[in-house]
Amino acid sequence: MSAPAVVRHEINRRDFLKTGVAVGGGLLISLYLPELALASGESNAGTTTAPAAPFAPNAFIRIGTDDIITVIVNKSEMGQGVYTSLPMLAAEELEADWSKVRFEPAPVDPAYAHPVFKIQMTGGSTSTASEWERFRKAGATARVMLISAAAKNWNVDPQSLKAENSFVIHAASGRRASFGSLAETAAGIEPPKDVPLKDPKDYKLIGKPTRRLDTPSKINGSAQFGLDVQIPGMFTAVVARAPVFGGKVVSFNADKARAVPGVKDVVQVPSGVAVIASGFWPAKLGRDKLEVKWDDGPNASLSSVGMREQYSKLAQSPGLVAKKIGDPAKALAGAAKTVTAEFEVPYLAHATMEPLNCVVDLRADSCEIWSGTQFQTIDAAAAASVAGLKPAQVKIHTTMLGGGFGRRANPASDFIVEAVHVAKAAKVPVKVVWTREDDMHGGYYRPMWYDRMVAGVDAGGNPVAWTHTIVGQSIMQGTAFEAFIKNGIDDASVEGAADLLYGIPNLQVDLHTPKIGVPVLWWRSVGHSHNGFAVEAFFDEVAHAGGKDPYELRRTLLANQPRMRGVLDLVAEKGNWGKPLPAGRGRGIATHFSFDSYVGQVAEVSVDKDGMPHVHRVVCAVDCGRVINPDSVKAQMEGGIVFGLTAALKDAITLEGGRVQQRNFHDYPMLRINEAPEIEVHIVTSNEAPTGVGEPGVPPVAPAVANAIFAATGKRIRRLPIGRVELG
Amino acid sequence: MITLKVNGKQLNVDVDPATPLLWVLRESLGLTGTKYGCGMAQCGACTVHLNGEAIRSCVKRVADATGKEITTIEGLSTDLSHPLQKAWIEIDVPQCGYCQSGQIMSAAVLLAENSAPTDTDIDEAMTGNICRCGTYPRIRRAIHRAAEIKGGRNEGRAE
Repeated sequence: MSAPAVVRHEINRRDFLKTGVAVGGGLLISLYLPELALASGESNAGTTTAPAAPFAPNAFIRIGTDDIITVIVNKSEMGQGVYTSLPMLAAEELEADWSKVRFEPAPVDPAYAHPVFKIQMTGGSTSTASEWERFRKAGATARVMLISAAAKNWNVDPQSLKAENSFVIHAASGRRASFGSLAETAAGIEPPKDVPLKDPKDYKLIGKPTRRLDTPSKINGSAQFGLDVQIPGMFTAVVARAPVFGGKVVSFNADKARAVPGVKDVVQVPSGVAVIASGFWPAKLGRDKLEVKWDDGPNASLSSVGMREQYSKLAQSPGLVAKKIGDPAKALAGAAKTVTAEFEVPYLAHATMEPLNCVVDLRADSCEIWSGTQFQTIDAAAAASVAGLKPAQVKIHTTMLGGGFGRRANPASDFIVEAVHVAKAAKVPVKVVWTREDDMHGGYYRPMWYDRMVAGVDAGGNPVAWTHTIVGQSIMQGTAFEAFIKNGIDDASVEGAADLLYGIPNLQVDLHTPKIGVPVLWWRSVGHSHNGFAVEAFFDEVAHAGGKDPYELRRTLLANQPRMRGVLDLVAEKGNWGKPLPAGRGRGIATHFSFDSYVGQVAEVSVDKDGMPHVHRVVCAVDCGRVINPDSVKAQMEGGIVFGLTAALKDAITLEGGRVQQRNFHDYPMLRINEAPEIEVHIVTSNEAPTGVGEPGVPPVAPAVANAIFAATGKRIRRLPIGRVELG
Repeated sequence: MITLKVNGKQLNVDVDPATPLLWVLRESLGLTGTKYGCGMAQCGACTVHLNGEAIRSCVKRVADATGKEITTIEGLSTDLSHPLQKAWIEIDVPQCGYCQSGQIMSAAVLLAENSAPTDTDIDEAMTGNICRCGTYPRIRRAIHRAAEIKGGRNEGRAE
């Protein structure tokens, strides 16, 4: 509720991540120990030092005699701009000429582990926050060593030198030496133990809109994604997987598949039957001709309709209490008016533009993997386990990711593990390619959720009680992260609900966690993706029930939340809250706190005579602390809004007879350019530590649109996707 | 043996004539800038030019592409000098980048046929190209910007 509560909650979660090693059992938990993930002394970091780059002061920076500065980035680039923002941090402190800066993906090595999570991974909108200090220190260390090198060469006091634009300069004598010319000498300098960091007022790069370093490669076809990798002797595999989650192969006949020209082999793997061929097309044709008899297992009768009934029933009684303040039952009983509403959202696929894939070259004593993954340490250990090797014998090349959104950070490493199995069975280097349909049917969805909410307002229309019952699967249950679940509460289920910023004196958030045989996973903004909708759409209902303006009521209840209130005021002003609109249009407002960032959005929406909503404009304000690259923050908000709109307006993964009913973009559609609203992003200037931007843009848009539809039509939206609004 | 003319070069490939052009470009010719996204002409990631028309190479039989001029993203320019590439850099359009080859190839046909496209023209030409990262507002701006660059208006900075 209050800011300290939120902070405590965050620390608990992170401390838990740190201590997961000590309290958890089993193989995967032990992976948190980097030295187990990569055997001691077998660091790959050294191999990043090419002969042409003699100066490698730490795992993150390499400077060549050609003056080229290579920043080794330990985060996967999936569109969020991390191959630019992290180099900016190093370059700032290095006093580098930005035009000389290049990026390179890091190998898998303990040196590159997440400072908090202790594994090499990208997720939770944490890249900037977690690397903010380390990359600046890496740059500052290199700068001090280059200055020491020049001082040694010139026999002058290092204090008389400064670094600027990739040169070390001795002002007194006018001497200048480029970083490249000092690289060899600097390599012999002892790295300083501690280095001073710049005063933010002296920043030259941080805070300036900076063009992405990876753009040129992404507009001429040269950027290499996992699907683009070709290695010598490689075959392509397409896998027939069980049509029902948890299903198994009973038997198969591959005669017709083997007869397809180009098909080399057909092998059984734990996840199904793999057809290995000279290329994708023969592999796919071969798979089409496979005859597989499946045992559907225990999930053959799963249906979305049945689950909805089950969830709705569960929501009628309180679950395990995740958060309680005051006495909500008493406060509700004494309220002048109560409001009750039930909200529901479906399973969602990540639907990254690049379908899942993985290249594996498995040898007797090594396993080399090329893939766009967010979860290197976990994947390396999982691959090692399948291959019967040590994690240190697994080498992962992180390619560009054609979208991640959480799908490529799987505790089960599904697409990596399967590819290693295929390579092991086929005994050749393979690229396993998932078709769009495979990707859509592959599970690991955003869970389906059902929320029942009751609020009470006093005679003045002020909320006095708020209860929220959440029903949905746990993401962490049954994974290596299960140890994070405390007292039956998976934090990812209640985030954005239990840490409500509004000052409501009596509150309860409780949780039912049904076990369902559909694999679920974090999906851009995770629990916030549904709680943001339920909380902010319901807030609008509560405001109207009490006769309050939804913006004004938020303002009142955020009296002790200055940063969110600042965002709210900014977005209301820029979004013309309260000003006239063209006929037929409505405006909706929503705010949401996630990944330590504050975001507010105002949507302008109309609904046509057929009930189809049209989102014309979305204005967004964000406070994410100090901004590294404002253009990237804007891009992430724009992207988050479009991503959230697709979910709000269009999509659902549904099941019938245990089978996923959607197949491709015709029945799991994406927002297209003609439907994309005008988007305006405003960034709050802040000196606070940087926080997340990849995910926080998503949660507010669905409720902002739902609230705008109410403003335009008087119809409440309580179920996503909105699809067609029932008018009349 | 099938003969194709890709980015100005005559090339021979030994594949099943029914193979979609996409896989021949990517796997036989190593032109991996053209992407696979859906395999059913729903997403536009595989867009290339066939005799100057934007087509979805995932549903085009390679046999039907013989004797025609095929242009892929690798052939749009050799030095990022196409007005669209300049505008894409200036406006920093891509995020993950996976769909961008297809986006640019669709936009290139629009720009070749229409030197000053309106928002409606852009909607019509670009609706077949999905971007999951949501770069649409920037794609729109960049197409307008490319039209300016192409017309010699305010060339701007495009390193």
